Amino acid sequence: MAWDRNQMAARAARELKDGFYVNLGIGIPTLVANHIDESIDVTLQSENGMLGMGPFPYDDEVDADLINAGKQTITELRRTSYFSSADSFAMIRGGHIDLSVLGAMEVSEKGDLANWMIPGKMVKGMGGAMDLVAGVKRVVVVMDHASKSGAPKLLHECSLPLTGRAVVDLVITNLGVFEIEAGKGMKLIELASGVCVDDVKELTQADFEVAVSS
Amino acid sequence: MKKIYPDAKAALDGLVFDGMTVMSGGFGLCGIAENLIIALRDTGVTDLTVVSNNAGVDDFGLGFLLQTRQIKKMISSYVGENKEFERQYLAGELELEFNPQGTLAERCRAGGAGIPGFYTKTGVGTVIADGKEHKDFGGETYILETGLVSDLSIVKAWKGDEQGNLVYRKTARNFNPMMAAAGKATVAEVEEIVPLGSLNPDGIHTPGIYVQRIIQAKHEKRIEQRTVRERESA
Repeated sequence: MAWDRNQMAARAARELKDGFYVNLGIGIPTLVANHIDESIDVTLQSENGMLGMGPFPYDDEVDADLINAGKQTITELRRTSYFSSADSFAMIRGGHIDLSVLGAMEVSEKGDLANWMIPGKMVKGMGGAMDLVAGVKRVVVVMDHASKSGAPKLLHECSLPLTGRAVVDLVITNLGVFEIEAGKGMKLIELASGVCVDDVKELTQADFEVAVSS
Repeated sequence: MKKIYPDAKAALDGLVFDGMTVMSGGFGLCGIAENLIIALRDTGVTDLTVVSNNAGVDDFGLGFLLQTRQIKKMISSYVGENKEFERQYLAGELELEFNPQGTLAERCRAGGAGIPGFYTKTGVGTVIADGKEHKDFGGETYILETGLVSDLSIVKAWKGDEQGNLVYRKTARNFNPMMAAAGKATVAEVEEIVPLGSLNPDGIHTPGIYVQRIIQAKHEKRIEQRTVRERESA
């Protein structure tokens, strides 16, 4: 058992609250948009210069001047505004974005995040990830709990170069949900369906407190 | 002073020299100065330092200047879409300086605004902070980043006029306004040069003071990721 990609995205979507301005990263975080509760009003930011990101266009609506940060064609909404990259990161760095959902390679029990480079492999760059984790009010990470070979990704200390130090507030994996409070460490607060605490412990190096409400 | 030039080649005349720093606007292939990049290649200028968020793709945008090895160094935030870039970088033929995207945007903005440096939280505790001045403000640590200027900025806008006033369209704005301001010389290519007075003065994104030369040109506007949805049947 455990959660699949869509279930992880759906769980992350529950972190979005009415009135939030939200930036979604590439990969599973992008799927979060499909799971936003229709009763709440959320505005999606795209860091290449747009607030109020709409869904993918119909074939005859595709506009080369309208893309998201993953370079995918998208659409605008009635609320949409456009601005420069400097303005975009001013709102990110300035703490105006409520929540960011990002992918990760490793997260430490102190909330350190590594998601941009693996030494020895071609480095593509950090894009906007370092700015997002430094500036956004709340950072939610969605990631597989362990590597395909079973190596833990929730660690005492990240082994990969960091994207930010003590920046992660919540980690959602296929096995459960962890809260990270500054100076207090990691706390398991939810288990995925059919997963028990021992399953999680087996695949986790980081120390964590168990606070699962049954 | 006449700012309108007949074509990209004429617009670069006298502005290029080996070893120069060029800022090139755009995000991915969106809002890039397609025609000026080709004209820059055709000048044969070498040892360029290019400041651009991305490096184009193999056969479009800045990829053209990589094919011909005219670029010595790139200052970028993400270069994942270019195989030739990767080959040259791994072979040690190309220097690369990664900047966080927001830091890159702000470095360009600061440079154009006459601000030599600024403090930011972005990158604190990472390799990006290595060797940079750290300073605490209100109990939080920040690092010093420097402003950037270019010898030449090439930007793309939707509409412009003979004074060099520019209006961008949708997400094709991105890095163009800051790079236009940060160029010792800035050349803009636009889809349409419109008569003076026809742009709404309240809606001008880049005032003409930042633009020395302007051309009207045709644009392919290549799309990197064409993503669509199915129309629900009525």
